[in-house]
Amino acid sequence: MNWFDSWALTLVVFVPAIGAAITMLIPREREDAIKEVALVTTLATLGFTIATLARFDYGKTSTLQFSVDKNWIDVINSHYHVAVDGISLPMLALSSFITVLCVIYSWDHFPEPHNPKAFLILLLVLEVGMNGTFVAQDLVLFFIFFEIVLLPMFFMIGVWGGPNREYASIKFFLFTLFGSALMLLSFLALYFKVDVPGVGHTFDMVLLSKAAGAGLVHSTQLLIFGGLFVGFAIKVPMFPFHTWLPDAHTEAPTVGSVLLAAILLKLGTYGFIRIALPILPEAAKSWAPWIGLLSVIGIIYGALGCLAQTDMKRLIAFSSVAHMGFVMLGISTLTTFGINAAIFGMVAHGLITGMLFFIAGSVQHNYGTRELARLGGLLKQAPKMGWILGFCAMASLGLPGLAGFWGEFPAVLSTFNPGGDLSQPLFRTYMVVAAIGTVLAAGYLLWMLQRVAFGTPKPEFADAHIHDVTSYEWTAWVPILLLIVALGIFPNLIFRVTDDAVSCQTAAPFVSKNTAPVSPSLHCPESPVAVQTAKVTGG
Amino acid sequence: MLLAATAHIPTPAFDWHAFAPDLVLVATMVVVLIADLLLPDRESWRTSSIAAVGLLGALIPIATLAHSGHDRVMFDGAYVVDHYALALKAFFIIATYITVLLAVDYIGEGDYYKGEFYFLLLVSTFGMSVMAGARDLITLFVALETISIPTFVLAAFRKHDRASNEAGVKYYLIGVLSSALMLYGMSLIYGVTGATRLSGPNSISSYMSQHGTVPLVAVAMFLSLVGFAFKVSAVPFHFWAPDTYEGAPTPVTAFLSVASKAGGFVALINIVYFGFFLPNGRAADSWWPVLWVLAALSMTLGNLTALRQTNIVRMLAYSSVAQGGFMLVPFAAAGIAGADGHPGKAAAAMSAVVVYLLIYGAMNLGAFAVVIAVARRTRSAEISSYDGLWEIAPGLAVVMGIFLASLAGVPFFAGWFAKFVMFRAIIDAGTGWAIALGIVAAVNSVIAFFFYARPIRAMIFHTPTTEDRSPIVIPQPLFAAIALSVAVVVVVGIYPQVFARVGELAF
Repeated sequence: MNWFDSWALTLVVFVPAIGAAITMLIPREREDAIKEVALVTTLATLGFTIATLARFDYGKTSTLQFSVDKNWIDVINSHYHVAVDGISLPMLALSSFITVLCVIYSWDHFPEPHNPKAFLILLLVLEVGMNGTFVAQDLVLFFIFFEIVLLPMFFMIGVWGGPNREYASIKFFLFTLFGSALMLLSFLALYFKVDVPGVGHTFDMVLLSKAAGAGLVHSTQLLIFGGLFVGFAIKVPMFPFHTWLPDAHTEAPTVGSVLLAAILLKLGTYGFIRIALPILPEAAKSWAPWIGLLSVIGIIYGALGCLAQTDMKRLIAFSSVAHMGFVMLGISTLTTFGINAAIFGMVAHGLITGMLFFIAGSVQHNYGTRELARLGGLLKQAPKMGWILGFCAMASLGLPGLAGFWGEFPAVLSTFNPGGDLSQPLFRTYMVVAAIGTVLAAGYLLWMLQRVAFGTPKPEFADAHIHDVTSYEWTAWVPILLLIVALGIFPNLIFRVTDDAVSCQTAAPFVSKNTAPVSPSLHCPESPVAVQTAKVTGG
Repeated sequence: MLLAATAHIPTPAFDWHAFAPDLVLVATMVVVLIADLLLPDRESWRTSSIAAVGLLGALIPIATLAHSGHDRVMFDGAYVVDHYALALKAFFIIATYITVLLAVDYIGEGDYYKGEFYFLLLVSTFGMSVMAGARDLITLFVALETISIPTFVLAAFRKHDRASNEAGVKYYLIGVLSSALMLYGMSLIYGVTGATRLSGPNSISSYMSQHGTVPLVAVAMFLSLVGFAFKVSAVPFHFWAPDTYEGAPTPVTAFLSVASKAGGFVALINIVYFGFFLPNGRAADSWWPVLWVLAALSMTLGNLTALRQTNIVRMLAYSSVAQGGFMLVPFAAAGIAGADGHPGKAAAAMSAVVVYLLIYGAMNLGAFAVVIAVARRTRSAEISSYDGLWEIAPGLAVVMGIFLASLAGVPFFAGWFAKFVMFRAIIDAGTGWAIALGIVAAVNSVIAFFFYARPIRAMIFHTPTTEDRSPIVIPQPLFAAIALSVAVVVVVGIYPQVFARVGELAF
């Protein structure tokens, strides 16, 4: 193994920490130096991620690559085990990609009380947590990275946020902390209750997935899954745990909202795919109908919530609840098809909603308000920004040819034939409800577009000087817009990476008579279950 | 005649090396007293240097003893120097050393007796050091009193301050009451088992493992545990703590909430684990229900009351009550596992208590150090006086944030690992009662963040209320104390193996 392969992921995770430490040493007044260090750090991290992408063996996406496994806390048998496979790779790429753009965007957009030094240090620490969560293969390590993101986001909302920031920040923190506490109890229960053949008790996610809950009675499985469910569902957030999200999003500064929507929410769904489903497949089968139910409630509730909003950012926040509902619905089908769609949905939602929050931030910056009743005529005053908003609204409502489509449509489709012997009639009912949700999504997004971009500016802003897209904004936005188009046209950019990994690891235990014929092209190195691993191709 | 009689008493084997740490402490005490007599008043601050050097000197024999590696048993097993005892002796001595660092300027600048202060501090530390090795009810009781009596005086050390006097008297009365209860319980234990030795042949543990819990022992354990509950300020025996903590000089409060509380916990480990658990865990049902209730009440009421505090010292007092509850959780877990027929799981649970104590010591001392530093300028301990500290002294604000986040158990500061090993012990025990306690602890660790976040929000989210923006001057010893605590909290948070290994060696 060459030098880079054994260090790549460690670099991707900890280079931002080094950058944060360097930033700490620079005096507060030297803002340019601080911004440059932050930019170089995030670019270097992205560089290492790209190098990882380049050296990744796409023929074996279901195998963990770039694996490092060192002793960390011997006494509790926890390891520093990091690795990526086809499921983590897109998320890792998304995370290091978006962070760079956030640094660029914030270049001349630091919200009050300014202080770029503290802001960028928090941003870099946040990146450590996000990247780390996506590569961790040890439950304790996962837990630590999962938690590291809390404090920086707490401060971002609490210091740079809107008028109601204190309430929003503490609410965000307490909700997530409560979930993590239960999640930790479940992790420990997995350690002590699962006896991996030949290994014994372990926190290693790979080994635990191989054991797939062996030796656990069903009731215990259900309980442990319940703890994991609450922990991850709060983060996603699923109905009824979503109430922290609109507050946090509305109050957070633009960059905070973007990172929250693009990456932090994905930590929850990623947890389901990476931990809850493969480690406790039997419990997942029992929980799946309920997860599906909460998902469709979330889809409809989020959409109706959007229609009731008067604040642009809050509307986008509620649309996140709906979109994450589609992601969770895909996961709850327990099919390769649905989970692939979910991962695609995670990336697409990250790009599109992140972009929408960027625009909302710039609208706020220009008009000083996000109230839909006071906005209007963006296309007249800042036509470029108006068109970008329109483009993103189209992408978000799932227009074919743009990224949003490939997250939403296959997720709905996958409910037609759920895996794991789940009830077909039930999931087909979900399918109908979710389809209604897509119509509502078109409704609220077009309604928002109409009120913000169309018409003529309101009298109070008629003579206001509105900046159209600035050069920093172009630099931050163009890559996202290009990716939205690219992924819309070539969805295989992601599906090809995730497919084998999903079918071999996550969906394998749920193969049932309902699912379609076996695909010949599958490479499962050490399949945890039968050789007969299935994959749904197309509708 | 008398002389002839004493000649027949065999001289016990005396291992000077094993006693060296304690002897260094005694020697330091004596030197401090004499130096205080000889030095002129304006030179009397030098007693603090002597105390500090003596404390560091006591660490040397601990290191050599740890290096030599074998357990030393003296006086028929009444006094033992093993890894467990050494780890705790080192902890007590370092905690006292940090207390001295906190006190130098506080005591030096105030109207206090200086030599006596360090003398009393050292006596209490000596009691703790003996406590770590005590394996006999009588030794244990004497050590506990040696810890307590100097702290009664220290709590009232602001001699012209009524609150401080009240603190001392309250602490004294409660301390005496708890000692009486404990002694009564111990006498019953002796009456039933016929032994004062905790472990070994003809000891309490050998009696218990043969006979199991007899009703009278349960009563005796209950009385003793109530006594200990006062010492470690567990709910409902905690009400002295907030008043005493608020009234006492702040370095003394730091000492009480860390070292002295730890002394109580070590006594509890000794009696519960060595006397009433080993070798087969049969007697555990005599005490785990009591500890279960104490743990659940301390966590819940400590946290809920802390939510309402506006004074940071009182808040930290209630937080230390709650943290004490978290520390009692692995105790209960060990007992549950033992009564359930899995005594093997208890060692890990007990090492969780030790790890929790070590981490708690670092973060709580650090928090008090910052409180002392901030109070040097504001002369106030109200949480509102922390408003906008971020703009006046960003360094102090960040450090305080680290300590509070660590106390709340947020990674990657050491506190997460303390909480982790606590939950680990609970899930390992695995019965319904254990899980129930685990859920109480989980909910409480969320509530705890709410009040730990209040000073953080005041420091960082609020704007300063005063116009005075001059920097806060931190004297060197105080700076050293803060730096030391931060280093421990961060290093252990990232690489917990350091403390985890100590905990593992101890059991």
